[in-house]
Amino acid sequence: MMTSLSSGRQGTSLLRKIWQINWSLILLVLVLAGVGFAMLYSAGGGSLEPWAIRQIARAAVGLVLMIVVALVDLRFWMRWAYLGYLVALLMLVAVEVQGSIGMGAQRWLDLGVIQVQPSEIMKITLVLALARWFHAASIEDVGRIHYLAVPALLVAAPVALVMKQPDLGTALMLLMGSTAMLFIVGVRWWKFALGFAAVAAAVPLGWNFLRDYQKARVRVFLDPTLDPLGAGYHIIQSKIALGSGGMFGKGFGLGTQSHLNFLPEKQTDFIFTMLAEEFGMVGSLTLLGLYLLIMIYGYAIAFRCTSQFGRLVAIGIVTAVFLAMFINIAMVMGMIPAKGSTLPMVSYGGSSLIVTMVGFGLLIGVWVHRDVRIGRRVGED
Amino acid sequence: MRSRAPLSTKQRDQLRDQTFTRRALILGGAKLGLFGALVARLYYLQVVEADRYKVLAEDNRINLKLLAPPRGRILDRYGEPLALNRLNYRVVIVAEQAGDIEQTLDRLGLLVEVSDADRHRVIRDVRRKRPFVPVTVRENLDWDDVSKIEINTPDLPGVSIDVGQSRFYPHTEAVGHILGYVGAVSEAELTGDPLLELPEFRIGKSGIEKTRDLDLRGTAGASQVEVNAVGRVIRELSRQDAVPGKDVELTLDIGLQEFARERIADESAAAVVMDIHTGEVLAMVSAPAFDPNVFSRGLNAREWEEFLANPKQPLNNKAIQGQYPPGSTFKMMTAVAALDAGVITPDTVFNCPGHYALGNRLWYCWKHVGGHGSIDLHNAIKQSCDVYFYETAKRVGIDKLAAMAQRFGLGAKMGIDIPGERPGLIPTREWVRATQGHPWNQGETLNAGIGQGMVLVTPLQLAAMTARIANGGYAVVPHLTRTVGGKPPDDIKRPPFPSLGVAASSLAPVVNGMIGVCNEPHGTAIRARITEPGFEMAGKTGSAQVRRISTAERDSNTRRKDDEIPWRERDHALFISFAPIQAPRYACSIVVEHGLHGADSAAPLARDILLEVQKRDVGREPAGGRIAGADPKASG
Repeated sequence: MMTSLSSGRQGTSLLRKIWQINWSLILLVLVLAGVGFAMLYSAGGGSLEPWAIRQIARAAVGLVLMIVVALVDLRFWMRWAYLGYLVALLMLVAVEVQGSIGMGAQRWLDLGVIQVQPSEIMKITLVLALARWFHAASIEDVGRIHYLAVPALLVAAPVALVMKQPDLGTALMLLMGSTAMLFIVGVRWWKFALGFAAVAAAVPLGWNFLRDYQKARVRVFLDPTLDPLGAGYHIIQSKIALGSGGMFGKGFGLGTQSHLNFLPEKQTDFIFTMLAEEFGMVGSLTLLGLYLLIMIYGYAIAFRCTSQFGRLVAIGIVTAVFLAMFINIAMVMGMIPAKGSTLPMVSYGGSSLIVTMVGFGLLIGVWVHRDVRIGRRVGED
Repeated sequence: MRSRAPLSTKQRDQLRDQTFTRRALILGGAKLGLFGALVARLYYLQVVEADRYKVLAEDNRINLKLLAPPRGRILDRYGEPLALNRLNYRVVIVAEQAGDIEQTLDRLGLLVEVSDADRHRVIRDVRRKRPFVPVTVRENLDWDDVSKIEINTPDLPGVSIDVGQSRFYPHTEAVGHILGYVGAVSEAELTGDPLLELPEFRIGKSGIEKTRDLDLRGTAGASQVEVNAVGRVIRELSRQDAVPGKDVELTLDIGLQEFARERIADESAAAVVMDIHTGEVLAMVSAPAFDPNVFSRGLNAREWEEFLANPKQPLNNKAIQGQYPPGSTFKMMTAVAALDAGVITPDTVFNCPGHYALGNRLWYCWKHVGGHGSIDLHNAIKQSCDVYFYETAKRVGIDKLAAMAQRFGLGAKMGIDIPGERPGLIPTREWVRATQGHPWNQGETLNAGIGQGMVLVTPLQLAAMTARIANGGYAVVPHLTRTVGGKPPDDIKRPPFPSLGVAASSLAPVVNGMIGVCNEPHGTAIRARITEPGFEMAGKTGSAQVRRISTAERDSNTRRKDDEIPWRERDHALFISFAPIQAPRYACSIVVEHGLHGADSAAPLARDILLEVQKRDVGREPAGGRIAGADPKASG
């Protein structure tokens, strides 16, 4: 019934949808991207080359994708959620195979035309897959422990693959994001406790399967001071940069730590440090405020959405963005040990930027389709 | 799990919505909490700890680079440079610009010689250092090599000419002992002054370079440069130029110094010429000598061995470090002490039969066959009669003799302003008892009276002693530094000098005796006299026994001829002198090691040197003009 109704109003509904798009959220996202451009311009030594210009080009692609994704009916995404998940999982396996042929850590999949980071794509597809699964679940289903076996597998497979890359940061992010989704659908507290205990028990077992260099990487991830010239040194320099920024910062393009290369990977992992050095506490609080506003938008959208699928997607997306942001900022401030995490929308990097924007597209899509009724099962309205 | 009553779809959806809302709010709250944690951490880093991190950030980026000051020059009294800084052209290679180091070195090797050792060192350094740090290939290039490289720079990527400064001593070995040399700072010489830790910094290791090191050194400048994490200089933030070291002007006349050095030629000898009123040392030669340029460059083991193995000890500054028995030159002291004590008068006559008996031993005169007969003081000095002075010494006694010698500057360091001076020795009763373990015996007094036995003096002390006799008994002290940075240094004793408290009547007969030595018939140095009117000198010969002459040798008259004695066993030849005799101005002492007789080998040297110094002096004024108080009349 709904299908015929909506298809009948296809012509007018596209315009209506565009009208419905949450443009102020898009503006917020673009402001965030703009902060990234500015910092990449500064990181390039006051030049668009080599980072800012490419980031702008990717953001342009991302903007188009974001709007397109927002206009696509939520039911489309639900229909293809599992397939999308499967494709992303296969890409992770492909990366693993490619990595075992090559050397060391392998996160990128070369598709010939573009290189993609499957773990980034997985952040979205896992949210969609879990949302679809729990959309179909009644409150009683969620209470049944065997009903949770499938989502547990959905989470465990990519987490294991990503961890094997090894990209512990992203694996933890996937795990925490999924846990948050399980939490909001109403999985009981004690089950989380049980799951946590199971993971804790599995860690020593899994440890034995890791190779020495992998163990070394995990150790450094947990304790950067083990690598005083690498991660440990970076964190110290990052704290010096942040602290020396003070209240108002050293001024745009004048961050001595970043420009004299004391700060490593300033365009990716440590871009927040650079911002904090050049714009001080005022600047860093402003950036945190932007993220907070987007979070609030996300929650508002989730609460206004009538479908469980849409709500879960909204919370899943904002949680993923929040986790990425928190882990990155907490890492550069030396609060948590981490390596190789990026600041969503701001750090240089194509996969991350485009995937994040697609995620925001989904969030806006949830807003646009907040009143669309979605049946329990695919095809059932 | 407890079973529930079946719920309606609507109830179930309601329950699901409620759960969702509750749980989402909890999750949102948790996120807000984490936001709060980030803000708290930001506040801690950027507000609470901001000052500490600001300091750390400055430390990170600012490097203080010391700028070494150019070392002050050393000049002679007329402003002629004796030590200066010369541009040192080095060819350096910068790895990151050179590309293939081996190939670049090959090409460079076609233009200038690059030894295998240099080559290995360069390749090793290039690997060890950061790619933008220049590595020295060769130093001290001459102008030809420099131009060859400059012309070919387009073909030599990363190769460039670098200019540094190195110490240069244009007069080489003529002044080596006085100037000393510079060298790299050793561990023990570090004082905490960061300047000393600069790898290319050199400090004075001996001679004037050492005593005046602090003045010559100057003050370091500093350049604050901004560096990046790998130490590459981005730009200079501030610069304080180094203050060059002060010039040190010596009392030496390099012309006279070189004259004396050449006149000594191959002898192992020392000569000191000083102004008897001011104490300015005009020449101080020790031969053989060393080239300080070689030392500043650094010696290799073989060169060092050669220096040490040379029996003529080129490293020793014999003028201040050589301690010799003064021989007959010491008779001046015996005479002055006796006249001062009143035990003899100028008219006192003793008989010299060629020997002198004390107890059951005989002391011989150098003229042991026949002797001098009846002889007065004037002739005893003139002919250097030993017997006359045995008797005189016995009469005056060792206490008064030693005291007088000490008043004239013997037996203790003069305090000359270069390091290494030795004190010599004037034996006293106390000294003999303390060090030899037996009481003084009178035979030792006789030996001391003619400057043998235990008495030891340095050529510098002899010059000062002569100056004090010739200037009328003033305690002139020799020195080498005229000015430091244009001002006389505080550590130099300058006129007016205190009187030694010896009556003119005690000195005049001795001065007259010395005039006789060089200007009267039978004077021991009459053959070496200065004949030009107005330039005449006065003097006293001396020879110092190196080896004891046995009684048997003397009695059997089997004493070997001079040229049969091995060099090392020959007597030292000494001569002290002053000129001109009408108004004395210059004192000169000469010691020729193993030169046999003062009259033959030492006196002619003194004659030529004293004539030269007087002739050079005519109408010449030192560069800085006369220093107040340096006027000869001021000391009376």
